[in-house]
Amino acid sequence: MSDLEALERSITSEIATASDEQAIEAVRVSALGKKGSVSELLKTLGAMSAEERQTKGPAINGLKNRVTEALAGRKAELKDAAITARLVAEKVDVTLPVRQSPAERGRIHPISQVIDEIAAIFGDLGFAIAEGPDIETDYYNFTALNFPEGHPAREMHDTFFFQPDAKGERKVLRTHTSPVQIRTMETQKPPIRIVIPGKTYRQDSDATHSPMFHQVEGLVIDKSANVANMKWVLEEFCKAFFEVPQVKMRFRPSFFPFTEPSLEVDIQCDRSRPGEVRFGEGSDWMEILGCGMVHPNVLRHGGLDPDEYQGFAWGMGIDRIAMLKYGMPDLRAFFDADVRWLQHYGFRPLDIPTLFGGLSS
Amino acid sequence: MKLTLSWLKDHLETDASLDEIVERLTSIGLEVEHVDDKAGLRPFVIAKVLTAVQHPDADRLRVLSVDTGDGKPIQVVCGAPNARAGLVGAFAAPGTYVPGIDVTLSVGKIRGVESHGMMCSERELELSEEHNGIIDLPEDAPVGTSFATWAKLDDPVIDINLTPNRPDATSIYGIARDLAASGLGKLKDGTVAPVAGNGPCPIKVAIEAPELCPGFALRLVKGVKNGPSPKWLQQRLIAIGLRPINALVDITNYITFDRGRPLHVFDAAKAKGDLVVRRAAQGEKVLALDGREYELTPEMCVIADGNGVESIAGIMGGEYSGCDENTTDVLIESALWEPLNVARTGRELGIITDARYRFERGVDPEFMVPGVELATKMVIELCGGAAGETQVVGYAGHKPKIVSFPHAEVKRLTGIEVPKAESLAILTRLGFEPKGDGDPVDVAVPSWRPDVDGKADLVEEVMRIHGVDRIAPQPLGAHDAVNGKILTTLQIRTRAAKRALAVRGMMEAVTWSFIPAKHAELFGGGQKELKLANPIAADMSDMRPSLLPGLIAAAQRNADRGIGDVALFEVSGTYEGDAPDKQRRVAAGVRRGTAKLDGAGRDWVGNAGSVGVFDAKADAIAALEAVGAPVDRLQVETGAPGWYHPGRSGVIKLGPKVVLGHFGEFHPKTLEALDVSGPLAGFEVFVDAAPEPKAKPTRTKPKLELSAFQRVTRDFAFVVDKAVEAGTLTKAALAADKKLVTGVSVFDIFEGPSLGEGKKSIAIEVSIQPVEKTLTDEDFEALAGRIVDNVRKQTGGILRG
Repeated sequence: MSDLEALERSITSEIATASDEQAIEAVRVSALGKKGSVSELLKTLGAMSAEERQTKGPAINGLKNRVTEALAGRKAELKDAAITARLVAEKVDVTLPVRQSPAERGRIHPISQVIDEIAAIFGDLGFAIAEGPDIETDYYNFTALNFPEGHPAREMHDTFFFQPDAKGERKVLRTHTSPVQIRTMETQKPPIRIVIPGKTYRQDSDATHSPMFHQVEGLVIDKSANVANMKWVLEEFCKAFFEVPQVKMRFRPSFFPFTEPSLEVDIQCDRSRPGEVRFGEGSDWMEILGCGMVHPNVLRHGGLDPDEYQGFAWGMGIDRIAMLKYGMPDLRAFFDADVRWLQHYGFRPLDIPTLFGGLSS
Repeated sequence: MKLTLSWLKDHLETDASLDEIVERLTSIGLEVEHVDDKAGLRPFVIAKVLTAVQHPDADRLRVLSVDTGDGKPIQVVCGAPNARAGLVGAFAAPGTYVPGIDVTLSVGKIRGVESHGMMCSERELELSEEHNGIIDLPEDAPVGTSFATWAKLDDPVIDINLTPNRPDATSIYGIARDLAASGLGKLKDGTVAPVAGNGPCPIKVAIEAPELCPGFALRLVKGVKNGPSPKWLQQRLIAIGLRPINALVDITNYITFDRGRPLHVFDAAKAKGDLVVRRAAQGEKVLALDGREYELTPEMCVIADGNGVESIAGIMGGEYSGCDENTTDVLIESALWEPLNVARTGRELGIITDARYRFERGVDPEFMVPGVELATKMVIELCGGAAGETQVVGYAGHKPKIVSFPHAEVKRLTGIEVPKAESLAILTRLGFEPKGDGDPVDVAVPSWRPDVDGKADLVEEVMRIHGVDRIAPQPLGAHDAVNGKILTTLQIRTRAAKRALAVRGMMEAVTWSFIPAKHAELFGGGQKELKLANPIAADMSDMRPSLLPGLIAAAQRNADRGIGDVALFEVSGTYEGDAPDKQRRVAAGVRRGTAKLDGAGRDWVGNAGSVGVFDAKADAIAALEAVGAPVDRLQVETGAPGWYHPGRSGVIKLGPKVVLGHFGEFHPKTLEALDVSGPLAGFEVFVDAAPEPKAKPTRTKPKLELSAFQRVTRDFAFVVDKAVEAGTLTKAALAADKKLVTGVSVFDIFEGPSLGEGKKSIAIEVSIQPVEKTLTDEDFEALAGRIVDNVRKQTGGILRG
């Protein structure tokens, strides 16, 4: 065995036994460093004769190349081993829980959600959304809506009153959203197509009545809107709102001071399953809204000539249709802010009702 | 309004079934709320006891052999003392539900003897409270037939939810007229023949308040014999929920329902002197027929005699002059009363009677006198006696309203074409009188329809009788365009604020608009004009000046249920006054316990700390951002309202004047007064105070300028007086070079003895974005110098060594 072979065997063995990058570096320096054993051999080439160089040159260079390669190979091996060891050390328990995102925790109240659903439907039919104040004058809440002074129909409203002012007039908490009909007629020329969601108040409290509740009112005024159009609008609304392909509705003549003719509307449903209402099937009739042709006196109070303009209006309880659609049993819970109730019956903030994506998910 | 089917058929000739009648009533606007078809009484048959022998093992029981009509005697064990051979009674076979004992019968053994049914008492059939023995019918009652049919107990009862505009339908005759007009039978002649009388009424009537009493009729019938009314009359009254009293009173109740004509009868022997219709004196008292004493005011109308108030006009008679079994001379009163006055008097006295119900809707003036005649006829038939002449005072006669009716109005308002002849026929059947057939046609309104004033009312009459179902839905014309934005700025902002706050993990509450006076006062409210005169509860008395008290109370309610970490918000109205422009639109929220943005409570990564002023500030700014307020121009200052912690709260302003909101932790005294515990932090943002967005000529966004040069950051730490606000310092750093300095963030606040008494250190990271060239070391030196200089000028701070 030549010296070269002995040297190579010795270096190869050192590389193989090097256990970390530092050891590998030490081997490299001792072999290929300035004063390394292989480097020293390479230096001897210069003093050799041409013939001698012919044979020794390739041998020494070959040794250098093989050592270089072996060093790189071992280095890569050690690096892989180090990464493997690090990965093992870095292992965590991925079953540990993460916090829920705020958007998952937050909730929109059913009343807000249903108002958005109503806006989506009526927006599609070309209606705008109108609003008005909660504290109203007797004129807007009653007189302008054709409730004569002292009429029993006023008594039916269980009105909240404020203390009389210096002139003896007392304001009221609006008992319905209808005052906004007059306020709108006063400021906007027909054609008018509005829906009016908002808070309303009556002095009444049990499982289905609350001293504060929410109504949505609709008003259409132009030169031709009639009962047939009203039936269509309300049927289309109920289909869209309850998200059923068919609804059957029953329009019954009734009485409201501010409409003539007046109608009450029942919707056919199945209530045979406890806690659940299904529309478009069954044999029960459930009252859902009141409506009618705007009374000529109301048009006059709004500054319109009832022989030129005509229209229809309707009103229904937002809380009530929310309860029917989503199955809340008790109206009082709407105003209790119990987070367990809000969590269960509330809506996620990014569930925004649209007609193109469906009102509810 | 209740009626029975047989009673209806007194006035309506019809073959229609109960179901058809009920459905038609609802479809013409007389909504049927409930029908009791008495089906429960159908299984009971008339049966005869053939033999009755002593039970072998029970002293009080007998074993009966009963003939139920099919010829096969049935064995029944019975404990009634009157059970005897030959008795005819009501029998229930096994399988029958007996309502009075709430049991469905089965074949059973009673003390060892089989019993195949039951002979029933009246109480067991819920006919009366009688339970001393089984029903004992006349011997000729037909064995094997329905007991209820034979006893006329199977008359279905219909309950109508009457709308307040239909006084004519407070009478069964009026209901029959509506049904007949709708084609469901023929209305029988309801004309009342006068009963001849002898001699003028000895008691004179004077009307001193003609504005409250447009007519009064009085008639004396002498020599009557009062006692229980006949069975048929009692049965009808019981069926509609009235208690039979005596024949004279029962007749008035009968006519009240039969004709919608309330009457009053009183004992002539107890009346003193003549009658006067007048306003009550202030404080005048009357003991009414309900046994209660009422104190009256001059707003109320009474009928008085020499003894004082005889009755409260149109509402209730007096106890003193009431008719009883000793009455021999009876006065029958039929009068007209001003509806609004009756309504107000009834409301103030809290009396609800069948008379008030009718008078406040308006009774038919033309039936005042026929009412007396009908009552006289019935009194003489049932109680005997001789009638005097009817005295009529104050009645000027009825002048019918005339409504001009253009026939096209039906189509204009309803959309359906009803032939003119049919419209006029409908009106005629309802008692309206079209004068000719021109167009428009003058239509006379019948005296029983005070609710009809104009042509729209006539359209309603035609529509409801012709049939609402016959109006086919017609699409409302489209606007022929893609619909634009339908929400106002305020509505858009309200929606956006709600969604933005919910995305921050908060739950939307809807709390009462009215709160306790004490809470309102704590939050700057409690004004007189915002106090309800008739709150539903003492703690719901004042319109809220702020959403916070309601939300804080709601958070506490949840805490009391064991859920202390809650984040609630509400976007709704608050009230600064009673005018429309004093109703504000506010977004508010509270966080309690550890309900922070990232989550509440303990977590293995790190526990959530208590909520505080900066949680509320972040919520407030998020809400403002959602509503479109210019968040980069907001100023935050101290000086929030007094319900906040003075050192841990702030005001958000836009410019010197516009207050956009407040945030912070709450004053300990506020929490104590609200009786709640913390930690609590909250905010209010005035959605309506943010400036209206400017109308933009284009939706194109400004051009994006990207610098080619690397962005760098430099850190600075300044020692300042403790009172210096970080906001002032960062503003100064930003202002040092508006072109190059693009951002300043605070990354450390430090206080310690090394800085000196009353000092603190604020460390900031300044972002620098070169725009024209890469900055040289000299450029940076110069910029740093400008920053340090400006901070020193604005805050007195010096660079920390």
